[in-house]
Amino acid sequence: MGDHGPAKGFGRWLFTTNHKDIGSMYLWFSFAMFLMGGVFALVIRAELFQPGLQLVEPEFFNQMTTMHGLVMVFGAVMPAFVGLANWMIPMMVGAPDMALPRMNNWSFWILPFAFTLLASTLLMEGGGPNFGWTFYAPLSTTYAPPSVTYFIFAVHIMGASSIMGSINIIATILNMRAPGMTLMKMPLFVWTWLITAYLLIAVMPVLAGCVTMMLMDIHFGTSFFSAAGGGDPVLFQHVFWFFGHPEVYIMILPAFGIVSAIIPTFARKPLFGYASMVYATASIAFLSFIVWAHHMFTVGMPIAGELFFMYATMLIAVPTGVKVFNWVSTMFRGSMTFETPMLFAIAFVILFTIGGFSGLMLSIAPADFQYHDTYFVVAHFHYVLVPGAVFSIFAAVYYWLPKWCGNMYDERLGKAHFWLSFVGLNLTFFPMHFVGLAGMPRRIPDYALQFADFNQIASMGAFLFGFSQVFFLFIVIKTIRGGEKATDAVWDNPEGLEWTVASPAPYHTFTTPPPVK
Amino acid sequence: MTEQLNTTLSVRKLVARLVVVTVVMFGFGFALVPLYDLFCDVTGLNGKTNSEAFIPVAELIDTSRNVTVQFIATNNENMSWEFRPEVFSMKVHPGEEIETTFYARNPTSGEMTAQAIPSVSPGRAATYFHKTECFCFNQQLLSGGSAIDMPLRFIVDRDLPDDVNTITLSYTLFDVTETGVIQATSLTAL
Repeated sequence: MGDHGPAKGFGRWLFTTNHKDIGSMYLWFSFAMFLMGGVFALVIRAELFQPGLQLVEPEFFNQMTTMHGLVMVFGAVMPAFVGLANWMIPMMVGAPDMALPRMNNWSFWILPFAFTLLASTLLMEGGGPNFGWTFYAPLSTTYAPPSVTYFIFAVHIMGASSIMGSINIIATILNMRAPGMTLMKMPLFVWTWLITAYLLIAVMPVLAGCVTMMLMDIHFGTSFFSAAGGGDPVLFQHVFWFFGHPEVYIMILPAFGIVSAIIPTFARKPLFGYASMVYATASIAFLSFIVWAHHMFTVGMPIAGELFFMYATMLIAVPTGVKVFNWVSTMFRGSMTFETPMLFAIAFVILFTIGGFSGLMLSIAPADFQYHDTYFVVAHFHYVLVPGAVFSIFAAVYYWLPKWCGNMYDERLGKAHFWLSFVGLNLTFFPMHFVGLAGMPRRIPDYALQFADFNQIASMGAFLFGFSQVFFLFIVIKTIRGGEKATDAVWDNPEGLEWTVASPAPYHTFTTPPPVK
Repeated sequence: MTEQLNTTLSVRKLVARLVVVTVVMFGFGFALVPLYDLFCDVTGLNGKTNSEAFIPVAELIDTSRNVTVQFIATNNENMSWEFRPEVFSMKVHPGEEIETTFYARNPTSGEMTAQAIPSVSPGRAATYFHKTECFCFNQQLLSGGSAIDMPLRFIVDRDLPDDVNTITLSYTLFDVTETGVIQATSLTAL
């Protein structure tokens, strides 16, 4: 094979089977989607800056809430984690590349088509999807705009991409580890991704089935979700959330892995409770399959069902608590420094825990009837997704960027980005708890006067947070173009095989397996 | 070299297994549909009642107990028929076979087919509400302007839990003139 470098020109990216190239493409793609979803969010926040209808029509507002959710979940967060997995997993387990490099190329390149399909619906007659990212039937079937078929096919393609990516990741982790790299020696990022990949291949097909049933209801006269034909719209919610709840862990488990890599480096102590971290992750994954109906407490379940899903949901707090405890214990009495990745990781631990607590409040079935479909729910899942998933991705980029491009990022700019994001997101999402508890419903373009003040604060915070991410783009480009050269270890004695290769990481690493102690 | 070959082989085996999991889970998504109906049937959740006639066994009538049975008739959207129960509420003894009728009239000029979908509330009473004859077992065909009294015969089971004193039977009438699909699915699903 020889030691050949990357091909020249655009063909390099189109035909590449190199895990680093594909990882980079995933990350750039996800950032583009992050900005697009962010623009949709800013349309929402601009409209909600004051009560009344001023900027957009309610129909368009609904398309914005829907597209924001879909693009952020399927376009920004998931591909970002897959990109990190592509870049890091082969280097972390001492493999030369992913197990299935050509399929890897394919699973990336179908994504831009999926999102072009999805985004193009906004320009169609009748507009894009307007039924919320959860696309409950019959809103998404009987009452859907004609463009819903494009939405369905876009989801099919995204699902195919995720499933192929997951199969690849599992095959890499289980078959390509360097000799001596036993399962219980793997870095936690690899562990969390292994479990995430299993979740993905378990639930993405169910989502595909769900949208296929929608397609058949809309075009082929079946009645899976239509009461008129003997079906049941509530069935839709069961099928959707059977996918949907594991999906939220798909978006957070890799984040756990990232934070578990970063905190020990900057606390200069090994991770506290490695084995318990692995078991906690596995327990969370298992529990994610038996709690789905806590999203549907108000559909009219029998009391036994409400209680089962309530207690099962509360149970998730136990393994999650183990994780938070371990992160805090890792930091305890460590000689900590606060470089940008560490700042994001600490903010992750604190703010994700806040999101976890509001999740516990929502898990209380009798209380949920008050919170259901209010801004409290919006506040909850944004607290686990923005300072959770998104912050962990920022942390990962700052942590591994010097390894990727060979240059250190500007620490002052990184810290500025952190504080702008931190202040921006708390201004945006914290007031949502209050308006939610006071009864402001989610997904509405207009609201009662008493919610005006908090909404103004949230809108200002959203614009601050949004523009901070353009600043992030600037920092990353600046780092790639130049800057202080990074050492091979980059940080102060970090753990992991990825730090044993040169910075920037050569195009091919570990063509012969490294020794693992 | 053999090591590399071994890796390729084990990757292939693993990928084959994972593809099977994917296909099975895709099937599982669809399997949730009958499972859901089965679950509702067994537990009587969702107010789903039997879609086939109950064969009454000679039952004793529990005259010591009165249960109120209420009837609701609703039109689905776009359904133009007049549709109402003959009586809106009655008191019955458990074990007693009761007959009542629902009135339906097609006010349009064209022939139309309708299907009524029942639902019982509270949901846990559903398994104790036996229909021995019901217009909901079949589609109703009415020519323009004509009307019909549709029969319903039922027995409230004597094992009905003591704390259930009122049962509400609700029918929603759907226009199936064009689709006609409802019968096939309704018989299996409801």
